[in-house]
Amino acid sequence: MLRFTDEHEWVKLEGDIATVGITSHAAGQLGDLVFVELPKVGVALKKGAPAAVVESVKAASDVYAPLAGEVTEINAAAEANPALVGEDPQGAGWLYKLRLANVADLGHLLDEAAYAALIG
Amino acid sequence: MSGEESVAAVPGAPHSPGLAHTPLYRLHVRLGAKMVPFAGYDMPLQYPAGLLKEHLHTRVAAGLFDTSHMGQIEITARSGDSRDAARALETLLPIDVLGLEAGRQRYGFLTNEDGGILDDLMVVNLGARLIIVVNAACKAADEAYLRAHLQPACEVKILPRALFALQGPASGAVLARLAPEVEAMRFMDAREVILLGEPCLVTRSGYTGEDGFEISVASGAAEALAEELLRDPAVLPVGLGARDSLRLEAGLCLYGLDIDAGTTPAEASLVWAIPPVRRRGGAREGGFPGAARILDQIAQGAPRRRVGLRPEGRAPVRAGASLYASETASDPVGVVTSGGFGPSLQAPVAMGYVPAALSEAGSRLFADVRGQRLALKVVTLPFISAGFKRS
Repeated sequence: MLRFTDEHEWVKLEGDIATVGITSHAAGQLGDLVFVELPKVGVALKKGAPAAVVESVKAASDVYAPLAGEVTEINAAAEANPALVGEDPQGAGWLYKLRLANVADLGHLLDEAAYAALIG
Repeated sequence: MSGEESVAAVPGAPHSPGLAHTPLYRLHVRLGAKMVPFAGYDMPLQYPAGLLKEHLHTRVAAGLFDTSHMGQIEITARSGDSRDAARALETLLPIDVLGLEAGRQRYGFLTNEDGGILDDLMVVNLGARLIIVVNAACKAADEAYLRAHLQPACEVKILPRALFALQGPASGAVLARLAPEVEAMRFMDAREVILLGEPCLVTRSGYTGEDGFEISVASGAAEALAEELLRDPAVLPVGLGARDSLRLEAGLCLYGLDIDAGTTPAEASLVWAIPPVRRRGGAREGGFPGAARILDQIAQGAPRRRVGLRPEGRAPVRAGASLYASETASDPVGVVTSGGFGPSLQAPVAMGYVPAALSEAGSRLFADVRGQRLALKVVTLPFISAGFKRS
């Protein structure tokens, strides 16, 4: 299932692995992306910690860890080709995967309706 | 995620309180521009094509920029002799105004008593009058300063006109369709030209490193002229975002970032604009604010220099990043003043101030970016080769 944060990250859970990326709304706001920096595999992240950076021509934006967990995989294709994140932010432009410390925490995040209401 | 973008992206939205509009505001909104506040104006950051496409298009075809927020100031001598106006301006600018021929334009800057730069600008000689084009953020202060120092011998008048820039290799052909005589203009020429029946001031110059023109037109005629230029399939509207990435690749300073009241021309690597006639031993040596310090630095070199910087990796290094002489040094030796991604170079680029000893091309420095030390190399400017029509 798909959940969202109020910092415009999306989270898709499969088992105890959560795939994380930036939402289409965020990608649209940022414009053309030119640089993506992903966390290192194996790193333990606390909820809300800066995990990645996506940069447009004009500015850098932090992407946060939506929940606590350990980074299990990163999207090398996105790092090599930042435009991919802009083209398909909620699909092929995913950023990293986390083994969640506590799967139940996912319930605290926004569902699709709540996120839609947030972005207005 | 965090973000610096403050974008009021709703087309047709009521005008943000306190922000001024240029004569092209409605056109920007109609074209779907993302509008942002800039120097007190509601300005287009980018249009639907987006920043990258607008930048790249300008370097292969033509981009049309609204620069009406900038200040256009007319200076005339009450004596009726334009050389008096030139002499008066030379008391405020370390450049050769008296020797600037009619129909020509020159880059310069207003200096202060400490030898710092109050604003950078263009001076245009139209024979009977001089026009100065200044930065939007400084125009009120510049007008007051010019009035205080040039009146009553000169009249200082703000021209409430629109200003556009048409930039890129196709711009000559585009503008020649409206006025064939612009084809013969060379880089830094200035001409009074009729465009769509309107008297305009056209200079062959710009802020992108490409061939192009800057066009001053009456506010009431601005929208029609812009729409006519945009009808040419070679022309795309381009916003402030791409204007910044274009000028950065061209190694051009942005006042307030790369130059300010605390930077001298020698530090800013702008002494090329100060001609021999105004330097030590010249016929009109000094005679402008801060002359002693400025001319000393020309003779002896400045302790720090503005240089081009190329990060060795792919991460952009942005304005404000501290620069270090080594990966582990604890005290910074310099600072990045402009930085971002160069779309034409497909690489990050930056400019900043470094100690003179580290200002040679090839010198290696380290920038602090998010707590990491990223290596960069000093390179000569510009990052891209210029496309000016010099002959």
